[in-house]
Amino acid sequence: MTLKKTAFHTIHQELGARMVPFAGWDLPVQFGGAMPEHRAVREALGVFDVSHMGELEISGPDALLLVQKVTCNDAAKLADAQAQYSAFLTPEGTFIDDVVIYRLAAERFLICVNAANREKDFRWVRGQSEGRVEVADRSDDFVQLAVQGPRAQAVLQKLTEIDLAKLSFYHCAEGMVADTETLISRTGYTGEDGFEIYFSPRHAEKVWTRLFEAGEEEGIQPAGLAARNTLRLEVRYALYGNDIDETTTPLEAGLGWIVKLDKDDFIGKQALLEQKKAGVGRKLTGFEMVDRGIARDHYPVFMNGKVSGNVTSGSYCPSIEKAVGLTYLPAESSAVGTELEVEIRGRHLKARVVPTPFYKRPKS
Amino acid sequence: MDLPKDLLYTREHEWVRVEDSGAAVGITDYAQNELGDVVFVELPDVDSTWEAGEAVATVESVKAVSEIYTPLSGKIIEVNESLDSVPETLNEDPYVGGWIFKLLPAKRDELEDLLSAAEYRAYLDEE
Repeated sequence: MTLKKTAFHTIHQELGARMVPFAGWDLPVQFGGAMPEHRAVREALGVFDVSHMGELEISGPDALLLVQKVTCNDAAKLADAQAQYSAFLTPEGTFIDDVVIYRLAAERFLICVNAANREKDFRWVRGQSEGRVEVADRSDDFVQLAVQGPRAQAVLQKLTEIDLAKLSFYHCAEGMVADTETLISRTGYTGEDGFEIYFSPRHAEKVWTRLFEAGEEEGIQPAGLAARNTLRLEVRYALYGNDIDETTTPLEAGLGWIVKLDKDDFIGKQALLEQKKAGVGRKLTGFEMVDRGIARDHYPVFMNGKVSGNVTSGSYCPSIEKAVGLTYLPAESSAVGTELEVEIRGRHLKARVVPTPFYKRPKS
Repeated sequence: MDLPKDLLYTREHEWVRVEDSGAAVGITDYAQNELGDVVFVELPDVDSTWEAGEAVATVESVKAVSEIYTPLSGKIIEVNESLDSVPETLNEDPYVGGWIFKLLPAKRDELEDLLSAAEYRAYLDEE
């Protein structure tokens, strides 16, 4: 299979990025190094090419009806230019995908989906559509840059007349950035302040160049998938395919806050009502290593000598300088302080449940 | 790429320094650069005995886990315990401060299988 290339591929190669396959795309895993890139985002500014993400557009008089049917959060609460974290669920209440929904207008929604799920999501949503609504896969119309870190607003403000100070968290604006039509939203996957900018692939090089010129004095740094992973893990953002998938529900994953059981029917609602009534049997739980070692994705986890599951995400995390991870534990054994063991290269090493997020941004 | 001439090298990107008391082993400048910031080193037990090619130590960066294979058979006589607290020495000083373990070679002829600095450089160029 040929890997897909984003419109920034040549730029990445010129910068000497190490490329890896990810969800069918050839993407930079790191430029200078995962650790400095991670720190740049926490302390100044990092830029991720996230053009692999997919975008579905739902439009028409019945657009909201369809969005409400296929997502578990309440999109009726959205105003124009507002965004919402949500999910597509199966009738069993498990994750088809986790998504960000943008209400661009009363009858027009853009939904950002995971690259690996793009075709699956499109088929699913289109298959559920009824009435006066159109579902389009707009993924090829957009590249996306995630501009993340405490210096993001100051740098981007140099490139746009949109008043970014007034663009609140999980809100968006359509307008010019670097002389390019964009959708810019105050969202991200790092736990830092920052923006995600969607625009046409034709302008990829221009926007990248202007952005890096504007950010030079602020220490702007291109960042890859490795830093993206440690940043999101520190703040306990779920990664589809690792922490959540078609075998797990939002209630189990600690994402009950995106499930609005009081809204009208949505796919998966009945199953979640029943799960809530019966009690959630297992919970996605954060742990840190007590013994020296790094728990990594898929390593087996043991409680009281028996396998309890696997590490769904695990890594050494630069901002907390600890090896931490996530795993599903029986709800009754998931309290902070609970001891468990992770099998690392044949040895059982001690770990213990800790509160999440692992990292909290210092109040500024 | 820094490749000291007094060391021997392997195709797995380790180096060996033959000393009177035994052979010190570490990872090359190329290896540390490929790996990125090292955050954890798991050392073998002193007095443990290994055959050439066995995985005796583990070096982990933020992203990757890399096994260190001993290029020589023998008994571990010393390990670099400072790497427990300062693993980044592997990045900063791979050939001197970043030695990982020393062993007493059991089979002297295994040294002949190792590469000179020039041979290792040629191997890297092919890669």
